[in-house]
Amino acid sequence: MGKKSVSTFVVAENIPLNPTNYLIRLKSPHPLPVIKPGQFVNVDINNTSEIFLRRPFSVFEVDYAQNVLSIIVKILGRGSKKLTEAKSGDPISLIYPLGKHFTYPEKGEKILAVGGGSGLAPMLFLARESGLPARNVDIVIGARSAADHVDTTAYTVFGNIHLTTEDGSLGTKGFVTDHPLLRANLENYNRIYACGPDGMMRAVAGKAKAAGVFCEVSLENLMACGFGVCLCCIEPTVKGNLCVCTEGPVFNINDLKWQI
Amino acid sequence: MADLGIKIHQLSLKNPVMLASGTCGFAEEINDFYDVSQLGGIVLKGTTPHNRDGNLYPRMAETPSGMLNAVGLQNKGIDYFIENIYPRIRDYDTPLIVNVNGSTVEEYIEVTEKVNELEKIPAIELNISCPNVKEGGMAFGITCPGAIAVTREVRRVYNKTLIVKLSPNVTDISEIAKAVEGEGADSVSLVNTFLGMAIDAESRKPLLSTVTGGLSGPAIKPIALRMVWQVSRAVKIPVIGMGGIMNTADAIEFLLAGASAVQVGTALFKDPFIPLQIISGIEEYLERHKLGSVGDLIGGLQM
Repeated sequence: MGKKSVSTFVVAENIPLNPTNYLIRLKSPHPLPVIKPGQFVNVDINNTSEIFLRRPFSVFEVDYAQNVLSIIVKILGRGSKKLTEAKSGDPISLIYPLGKHFTYPEKGEKILAVGGGSGLAPMLFLARESGLPARNVDIVIGARSAADHVDTTAYTVFGNIHLTTEDGSLGTKGFVTDHPLLRANLENYNRIYACGPDGMMRAVAGKAKAAGVFCEVSLENLMACGFGVCLCCIEPTVKGNLCVCTEGPVFNINDLKWQI
Repeated sequence: MADLGIKIHQLSLKNPVMLASGTCGFAEEINDFYDVSQLGGIVLKGTTPHNRDGNLYPRMAETPSGMLNAVGLQNKGIDYFIENIYPRIRDYDTPLIVNVNGSTVEEYIEVTEKVNELEKIPAIELNISCPNVKEGGMAFGITCPGAIAVTREVRRVYNKTLIVKLSPNVTDISEIAKAVEGEGADSVSLVNTFLGMAIDAESRKPLLSTVTGGLSGPAIKPIALRMVWQVSRAVKIPVIGMGGIMNTADAIEFLLAGASAVQVGTALFKDPFIPLQIISGIEEYLERHKLGSVGDLIGGLQM
């Protein structure tokens, strides 16, 4: 009892990062529980007839001193669009903390974190929490073009950040999997993590599998509840159909039935 | 303080607010938020004789003021429930009701006989109204002969409280209710979801893997309320009302229409605390209207 909460936060800040991504900082009236990279919150956007269900967002940062939890919202549909219109002081109800987190690396390991779109949020959170020196952490972030990237310079203290764009307007031209780090020897990494569009994660997973490297991905199947009762967000796995919200969203690729 | 207790046949509820099957897992998931013993009762996830994987993803589509689902009775089967889940939940201090499903009458009987042996399960809800399975389910609940056949055979093997959950996808739900009452049902619960559909206009594809699914949420409330009112006038057994209940006023409306208790379902996805808010809301309502017990509300619609 009491392991999960429904709590009304207040929007502390809503900062546009680029035309489609917003950083929303939410302040809790209570001390925050421990929240780990890969875990998510289910946000009640607004009680309008068109946006009935909550929307899940991966946690980006947690400031325990300020009781502030941050998410990155990428505009994908009517729910995320509405949320990006939130103003400082607006109350927002969250169900949290939800889901399982990424497996933390062991001391001295070398990791590769690959993020696409708003999937960079848990990747940067993981880099920050990994406990590894920055030189052991490679982060590759992909986007369509320079305008779709967000400023990640503050995160260079946690890892080596590499950018790709499909149009070549910033960083390496192509998909994240075209980046030299993903074309080279992946065996040098102890762990590979990915979060982003389905095709991107499958491509990264395929490379990790071929190299025989531990790999976890974070899925974002459509969900209604977020806490394991509606059984809508299921993913076929070697253990049967599992709820992404409770058995994931983080899965080891060996447990998935992906054809990779 | 007003008396919130209610009886559904032999089943004593401490208040009239239950959780609906398929929206509260096996109660543990809600107990992660608060002590479920505060609830009037909990109808557990639909259970079949054997493991069912359910339908393919995607199984859910948001619709105006509601949602469609096409889960398809994913569950691990009655034996898994008895061995692995029941021991963990049996001591919750609220009636736990097993929602019984099958593809054939024999399968309904198989699950019922096994549940009958469970000391801490005081009632079953016979689900003859699931719209998301190819065989059984709603096929039994949309004709009087079908509803009669399964209710009659299950009644033969079950002596505790038998609730039959009705489908709204029928021409006259009162006829089905009367038919199962005639076969010895102790109560009827209604409504299950309405068969619906959603299409993505851009891709021109259905949003559910099964094309059609069950509609729930506030979108269905006026129709569910009408059906509860019709059925409660047609039968003598207690009616359990559900369909889009989101708050205290919704629940009171179902009680006034003739329901002896209500089930909260899809609202749990928005906020699992809503049933607790409704319980205290009903208590406050009774005091404000100077009513001694929730029984004074039932069927209290003033024409």
